Amino acid sequence: MQTRKKYIFLTFLASWLLLFFFGGDQLRRFSVFSGRKAEARRNWPRWTDRSLLKSFADPEELQRDGDPSLLSPRERRAAWLSTYRSSRCRMETCFDFSKCERHGFKVFTYPQERGQPVSETYGKILSSITRSRYHTLNPEEACLFILSIDTLDRDHLSGQYVRNVDEKIRGFPLWNGGRNHLIFNLYSGTWPGYTGDLGFDTGQAILAKASFDTGSFRPGFDVSIPLFSKEHPQRGGDRGWLYQDSVPPKKKYLLVFKGKRYLTGIGSGTRNALHHIHNGKDIISLTTCKHGKDWEKHKDTRCDKDNVDYERFDYRELLHNSTFCIVPRGRRLGSFRFLEALQAACIPVLLSDGWELPFAEAIDWGKAAVVGSERLLLQIPSAVRCIHPERVLAFQQQTQFLWDAYFSSVDKIVHTTLEIIKDRLSPHRSRSRFLWNTLPGGLLVLPDFSTHLGDFPFYYLQHGYSPSKKFTAFIRVVSQAGSLSQPILRLIQAVSGSQYCAQIVVLWSCEKPPPPSGKWPQSTVPLTIIQGRRKLSDRFYPFGAIQTDAVLSLDEDTSLSTSEVDFAFLVWRSFPERIVGFPTQSHFWDPEQGRWGYTSKWTNELSIVLTAAAFYHRYYHSLFTEYLPTGLRELVDGLATCEDILMNVLVAAVTKLPPIKVTQRKQHKEVVAQQAECRDGAEGTPPPGQQSPSAPRSAPAKVKDTNGSRRFSQRQDCLNQLADWFGYMPLVSSQLRLDPVLFKDQVSVLRKKYPSLEKP
Amino acid sequence: IMCASAKYNTRGPALIPRMKTKHRIYYITLFSIVLLGLIATGMFQFWPHSIESSSDWTVEKRSVHDVPVVKLPADSPIPERGDLSCRMHTCFDVYRCGFNPKNKIKVYIYSLKKYVDEYGMLVSNTISREYNELLTAISDSEFYTDDVNRACLFVPSIDVLNQNALRIKETAQALAQLSRWDRGTNHLLFNMLPGGPPDYNTALDVPRDRALLAGGGFSTWTYRQGYDVSIPVYSPLSGEVDLPERGPGPRRYFILSSQMALHPEYRSELEALQAENGESVLVLDKCTNLSDGVPAVRKRCCKNQVFDYPQVLQESTFCVVLRGARLGQAVLSDVLQAGCVPVIIADSYILPFSEVLDWKRASVVIPEEKMPEMYSILQSIPQRQIEEMQRQARWFWEAYFRSMKAIALATLQIINDRIYPYAAISYEEWNDPPAVKWSSVSNPLFLPLIPPQSQGFTAVVLTYDRVESLFRVITEVSKVPSLSKLLVVWNNQNKNPPEDSLWPKIRVPLKVVRTAENKLSNRFFPYDEIETEAVLAIDDDIIMLTSDELQFGYEVWREFPDRLVGYPGRLHLWDHEMNKWKYESEWTNEVSMVLTGAAFYHKYFNYLYTYKMPGDIKNWVDAHMNCEDIAMNFLVANVTGKSVIKVTPRKKFKCPECTAIDGLSLDQTHMVERSECINKFASVFGTMPLKVVEHRADPVLYKDDFPEKLKSFPNIGSL
Repeated sequence: MQTRKKYIFLTFLASWLLLFFFGGDQLRRFSVFSGRKAEARRNWPRWTDRSLLKSFADPEELQRDGDPSLLSPRERRAAWLSTYRSSRCRMETCFDFSKCERHGFKVFTYPQERGQPVSETYGKILSSITRSRYHTLNPEEACLFILSIDTLDRDHLSGQYVRNVDEKIRGFPLWNGGRNHLIFNLYSGTWPGYTGDLGFDTGQAILAKASFDTGSFRPGFDVSIPLFSKEHPQRGGDRGWLYQDSVPPKKKYLLVFKGKRYLTGIGSGTRNALHHIHNGKDIISLTTCKHGKDWEKHKDTRCDKDNVDYERFDYRELLHNSTFCIVPRGRRLGSFRFLEALQAACIPVLLSDGWELPFAEAIDWGKAAVVGSERLLLQIPSAVRCIHPERVLAFQQQTQFLWDAYFSSVDKIVHTTLEIIKDRLSPHRSRSRFLWNTLPGGLLVLPDFSTHLGDFPFYYLQHGYSPSKKFTAFIRVVSQAGSLSQPILRLIQAVSGSQYCAQIVVLWSCEKPPPPSGKWPQSTVPLTIIQGRRKLSDRFYPFGAIQTDAVLSLDEDTSLSTSEVDFAFLVWRSFPERIVGFPTQSHFWDPEQGRWGYTSKWTNELSIVLTAAAFYHRYYHSLFTEYLPTGLRELVDGLATCEDILMNVLVAAVTKLPPIKVTQRKQHKEVVAQQAECRDGAEGTPPPGQQSPSAPRSAPAKVKDTNGSRRFSQRQDCLNQLADWFGYMPLVSSQLRLDPVLFKDQVSVLRKKYPSLEKP
Repeated sequence: IMCASAKYNTRGPALIPRMKTKHRIYYITLFSIVLLGLIATGMFQFWPHSIESSSDWTVEKRSVHDVPVVKLPADSPIPERGDLSCRMHTCFDVYRCGFNPKNKIKVYIYSLKKYVDEYGMLVSNTISREYNELLTAISDSEFYTDDVNRACLFVPSIDVLNQNALRIKETAQALAQLSRWDRGTNHLLFNMLPGGPPDYNTALDVPRDRALLAGGGFSTWTYRQGYDVSIPVYSPLSGEVDLPERGPGPRRYFILSSQMALHPEYRSELEALQAENGESVLVLDKCTNLSDGVPAVRKRCCKNQVFDYPQVLQESTFCVVLRGARLGQAVLSDVLQAGCVPVIIADSYILPFSEVLDWKRASVVIPEEKMPEMYSILQSIPQRQIEEMQRQARWFWEAYFRSMKAIALATLQIINDRIYPYAAISYEEWNDPPAVKWSSVSNPLFLPLIPPQSQGFTAVVLTYDRVESLFRVITEVSKVPSLSKLLVVWNNQNKNPPEDSLWPKIRVPLKVVRTAENKLSNRFFPYDEIETEAVLAIDDDIIMLTSDELQFGYEVWREFPDRLVGYPGRLHLWDHEMNKWKYESEWTNEVSMVLTGAAFYHKYFNYLYTYKMPGDIKNWVDAHMNCEDIAMNFLVANVTGKSVIKVTPRKKFKCPECTAIDGLSLDQTHMVERSECINKFASVFGTMPLKVVEHRADPVLYKDDFPEKLKSFPNIGSL
């Protein structure tokens, strides 16, 4: 055995030696000599007189560039307006900013004309705009206009093609050469050239178009949107297919493609080559010749075998089981495959030269896709094989984030388009590229709230910030008493006793005026009283008086102790993006009634934290008031007891995480249980396995017993309406509660930091 | 396949058979002799060639004036004008770049020539100081090749940095006669001052056909997005003047304008702003009555006051950078160097390196029409953000503006990223200043997912020889509903694991892995057998955990899949007397670590532990046979920035079977060792990543007055 090894070793060395003698010339590039060669490399010479060389421009010339007697800036801008039109449009030449100044960014959609039906997809786009918070019915205050003519399909061979658009447009008094108009388009051009032409004069209108090519794309003006099918959901949308971060992130196949092979015509260059990379093992590239009516006319020798292979694999199964998916151009540059791969967490490998990627103005596709070159198809297998597993894992997660943030519904695609345009209006109040490409995504981050990352609850870790060390107690008073009740006095006492309390803000929502300042208890922290309107959604208005990151939201009859507050605040600092609070409730799916159920009884799970006693980030006030459309807030105001559910739903929709419950003293429960018991009565079937015979525990009751059941069914209705509006149920359940480390441990009370939380 | 990246070894710790020492020496000697011979032969064979081929370059001591002269006939061809429709896929020949394992393009530089026209008149200055620096930088970089046949990108040595210093037609002719010109394909030109009077084009006027242009001062109409590169206008002042970085804090002026040649219309708008807002706005102009010998470019005046330039820029929070005749202004570089936030007022200007740099983080862009609103716009920016922008501005200057070398390398890197997009530099690497890179984390498991319960977890038991106790652990753990597999890591090389028939019969697969060496790191190896995301690391003596506790731990991990979720908690403290970290295992109100004797975590961290542990920590742990759990805590906290989650109440974590050998002294040694570990790791990591928290996770209804049988996890905390 040993001798054999020795011989092998020697033979190996000998052959190496021989190789060197005879094949030296080729080898020297890779051999040990390359290091030596570097020294002998013919570098750029170090000129002896290099320090004497003159500068490329003398300082005077650099600092006083040009001739001030040139065209005045105003004249130059005026000249631009006539030079840079239509195909050379930019925001500064083709968009009238002054229309957006008075009323902000408002979008007007032309009224639907009779006898002018629009396709289902365009209908969805229009309804997304109507649902957006920027929609207006008044063209006078509008900044952006959207046609009622369906311009999505401009392939004149298609059934959806609308004729005589030019003529119709000329009839619109608001058209104004297309200024401040936004035109949506999914398909342009037709066989055989598939040009980007829309078949009518779009003038100075902004194009939001799928399959945009970089040649005709007007940077900073047009928006490239993804191609989506007519089944694409209006709202909500299916979630991505990545349920877990598998390690290693590799799936069964490395790279897959299944689709048509064009034998002739545009796009055939790439589609006709894809079969070359098929290896039948980890790279599956299946093509079929069957498409169009006369495919058999162009049939070649591969077709029959390929067609058989093609049928053997299921497209969806390939999507599920592959790490990378080839997304080649079709006849046009974009394809449905792009969104399909994105949703499936199958990292798209784009082979579509000259495609302006969807929302590339905002989205950094280098983090979620491999942008390949059609010309280098054969390098793709080795290139993707070399991508490090860590990067693959990051890619996969990023596809899911992007899918969910910008693509999963027509609403998201349309709203992203609008936000991108809105950001251009005031560059100093716009989202940085970082915001667009980091969770929770650009749509959920309002630059009007702040442009500083540290003011949002999402970026503390990424930027090494931490949330503020103090909180604002925000107490809402609705009782009709007109004087201060005992509970609220106790509450102010307890809260102001916390070392972390910076200020107390009282929202006085009664008809009677608040008591004079002398009547309020003296506390060590400043106390501000805000006179509120009597709307429920008011409690989440972004009041300027709130100056800390953390808000402790309280009802007037909430009972809390100082140590409860202290502990909960410290927990919140660990989870600043979530709601952290005391009393909780939970939701469940009721299969019998086919709707969402809601329970306030004791359960092993929780998904809603009552805002009668909860910490959350101040930003959620802004998001609640600015981001949610008016209709939704009106719904909440109408239902009388739903605003806290909406807040929980909103935060869950943003974070995709459950809220956090912290320990509460027993005493709290007992006080409340009496009242709450009658309130919730017997209605509402708790989910199976959660039958709870015992006393329910809930928020302090502020309604009469008889109102209890109405309140309960209202909350259940509210939950279902919100789920409908969001298009899915954002709430997430949790099975845990956070207690102090030594909570109820058998150790001396003296050692414990929060002994009072354990008192019965 | 040649991959640049190392592949994970997925087969388990390698077992290297040790050769007998005698043989080893023999082999090594033999090998070295052969190797020496090889090198000698190789040198003999190749040395003469390299000397021969570089003969005309070996004369290092040469002057620029000695370079060969090339005469351009009047009728030599002129390239086409620049093609505005060029993009990488239409005008660039990627086949020249090829697939290479380093994912680096190869750049060739033409040798320097002096070009004259038919009458012997110079076409341009041979080369400027800056262009020479730029070419030197490229030549010193790893992009450079001297082999014209292997090059992917060609950089002419014809200096076109300043259009005013050259003759347009003749320069174009000079370009056209370059040996590999081929319509300018894959040629890169650097230009900083384009255009000339009266219309000042925003791109170089020299006809250049398909050549890429790295230009300063592009407008959106001349910039071919994804093809050209927008570069800064280099300010030679940055080499002359040293402005040390200024910390955050208020500065004397709020807005400062320092440019000399402003159009009167702009100047009057600025002066209106000054009149409105008083002393916080300072508008400077050139000085009219300077004494002789004082360079005018280093002084600025406002009325009778004289200021030093560029030092005065450091006195202001915001500095206005207005367009002049050209869009690109050298003042931008000075402003960034001073850590002053540039307020860019130049409609349609493509900012330098805008393809990769996020200028919103370092500057304020204001449309020309909104100039009168400048003050209120700037006032609305939060102070904290201003401080970050100042830091960011300075960082952009240091990384991408400060020298011709920085400009050249950034340009090449951008082109490189387009050709090898799958190896491109990320947004964070381009944009995050070192301070942010240092203090921030990028969580590898950043997507908020709650993994499906159904996949369950894999229990990994590290054992040496305590078979009886091991079997008890196996039996106990197998009762946990979500357990999907049990992996026993047999760390004893001298003893075989018990026969199959002796192992407890459990409902899930049980695998035994035998290791090559008794190392603690074997516990954290990413075994292929682990098919779930969740791993439960458990010692072979942890028999006191109930099934409810373990199941609950798994549920908690599902809610925090990027954290360590464990049972016994520990704390690190700063010992003020000793001035170092101290390990604490007493009953404290805080935790910062959990012991991996019983903890859930994501399998990803096994990869990190095995392949990405910083410094020599992994070997150190194996050598000391201690602290692998502390190392894991450091690792996870460092990469996620998050705290651990301790679950369920404290128990006495000692196996009842173990005899009480651990007297006081042993305990103390143990504590000292553990403290040492913390200090050692903190120094290797360069920071203390552990986060201290005061909470632990319990079931929602823990200790609540509620029927036990209705609780999901009733058996929690029993002793």
